[in-house]
Amino acid sequence: MEATEKRGFFGEFGGSQVPADLQKVLDILEEQFYHFKDDEEFNKELNYYFTEYVGRKSPLYFAENLTAKCGGAKIYLKREDLNHTGSHKINNVLGQILLAKRMGAKRVIAETGAGQHGVATATVCAMFGMDCTIYMGAEDTKRQALNVFRMELLGAKVVAVEKGQGRLKEAVDEAFADLVENYDHTFYLLGSAVGPHPFPSMVKHFQAVISKESKEQHLAKEGKLPTAVIACVGGGSNAIGSFADYIEDKEVRLIGVEPDKAASITEGRPGDLHGFRCIVLQDEEGNPLPTYSIAAGLDYPGVGPEHSYLHTIGRAEYVTVSNEEVLEAFQTLSKVEGIIPALESSHAVAHALRLAPTLSTDDSIIVNISGRGDKDVEQVFNMLK
Amino acid sequence: MTLQQAIEKVNADGGKAFVPYIMAGDGGLETLRDTVLRLQTLGVSAIEVGIPFTDPVADGPTIELAGERALQNGTNLRNVIATLQSFADEVTIPLVAMTYLNPVLAYGPNFAKDAYAAGIRGVIVPDMPYEERGIIHSDLQAAGVALVQLISLTSPAERIAKLAAGSEGFIYAVTVNGITGARADFADHLDAHFAKLKEASSLPVLAGFGISTPEQVQRFGGYSDGVIVGSKIVDSIANNDWGTIEELIQASKQLGVK
Repeated sequence: MEATEKRGFFGEFGGSQVPADLQKVLDILEEQFYHFKDDEEFNKELNYYFTEYVGRKSPLYFAENLTAKCGGAKIYLKREDLNHTGSHKINNVLGQILLAKRMGAKRVIAETGAGQHGVATATVCAMFGMDCTIYMGAEDTKRQALNVFRMELLGAKVVAVEKGQGRLKEAVDEAFADLVENYDHTFYLLGSAVGPHPFPSMVKHFQAVISKESKEQHLAKEGKLPTAVIACVGGGSNAIGSFADYIEDKEVRLIGVEPDKAASITEGRPGDLHGFRCIVLQDEEGNPLPTYSIAAGLDYPGVGPEHSYLHTIGRAEYVTVSNEEVLEAFQTLSKVEGIIPALESSHAVAHALRLAPTLSTDDSIIVNISGRGDKDVEQVFNMLK
Repeated sequence: MTLQQAIEKVNADGGKAFVPYIMAGDGGLETLRDTVLRLQTLGVSAIEVGIPFTDPVADGPTIELAGERALQNGTNLRNVIATLQSFADEVTIPLVAMTYLNPVLAYGPNFAKDAYAAGIRGVIVPDMPYEERGIIHSDLQAAGVALVQLISLTSPAERIAKLAAGSEGFIYAVTVNGITGARADFADHLDAHFAKLKEASSLPVLAGFGISTPEQVQRFGGYSDGVIVGSKIVDSIANNDWGTIEELIQASKQLGVK
């Protein structure tokens, strides 16, 4: 798999179908990424910040109460919500900003949906003294006003993108347009495992720390591999990070959970979007369709190319949950375990609540809690009222 | 006549090509025939026909908004081609379709053949890089439809040479970094850039992206074999302001007067 991954393809998916202007920028990025990813100094620095700044390792917490409530498989929670900035996004931004630094960039741009990636990016830019611009769909800036202020507090400039639906897709478009115009001094810090090569491979590489840790932790606690790993899927960065180290362990079920109203993999078909081939939610004529998830971070009509591939070859399963199930899961985990999960992560929890009772008590499942739910409390309050 | 021949003919007569960009379906597909025929009557050399798309990454706000209006009218690649076919016998100038890749893939294997029957003699796919052209290139070649390459003047010399040698119909020289739209200023040393393109290929070189005034038409037309005007034309058609369009065409015609 490594050989094909190097060219940026996962089966028929992935690749880099971008205008020439952008391709030359990506070529440089690819070269630098492959140069530094196994570099000893680079990884030493990355691990230093993982430990000292992010607070890794994140715990693999045995959710005893939730397990008792479901009856069935043991449920473990991989607590990415406990990372500095409150989500898994920090893993990737740290990796990429160290790369940006080595490439001599002075300015960093990023897109954000729920605001978590934007906050994570603004955070590391503040720490490393980089000029930072965050593109966010106008609709999302309203849904996540507090995160907008948080980014501004961290010194970032937040640009509300009014085009189209005003969501993640439009924010991605604007960020790429900015990169094409300003590539000579700007680094595009992409937050999800999507986009043209080398972004999906790079994001996976930096997020793989989730599954590297969870595997060790699970082996230490249970003396065996988990039965299943569950993660929510929008673009797919927390899911690919949660799956990465288990892909070769065929006995471990890998389960991605999509919102039923933004179900790219479950209801889409192969297409080309944002410069790469993946499974796309689209109409008969090839136009990407609008999405309507309650979780801003999952509102994306495409999905990472490796997820598209894992689905096609049957290595990973992809399921959908409804908004009602998500809200139920959000409240259940809060009440039973005292952990308020992000609405995104609540998708994974919702499926765990369905799956655990169908498995035996010898089984165990890992649910990736990709982010904390503080950002969503107001939205949920308004929905439940 | 092929796309290349049509433009070369304009140049051979001492003139510069003028290619307006229109958004198909803006104002309704039923207006497409009138728009195309009116532009043809005004003496344009070819017409670039934009196909609306929900995710137009290479377009500026003017064309994106026009695309949104067209999508709301139910416009798509399939019914644009069908509409163009319905009056193809009245069109004597070549049409060049600008479409993103995914609608072409969704259309299926008959795209090139159907496009040719619609009077389309060239295709521009801004999100399909040169190295990926194999996806549709052989079908287009077989049908007689040129695959036009966009070339950024800021690309490295070897990339410019490669794309110029591989383009068909004409070379679409991108005169500013980035997306389409009206710009007030352009990079210096343009004459040297255009000279490089002419060295690398025998195809006509047309300048596009950001040309919106008669002065710019004259300036860029002076360096190149012709100009493509997008956002300004789209705006003018939407506002039924044909006076502005005629001024732009006139500016191009004056270039031909030696």
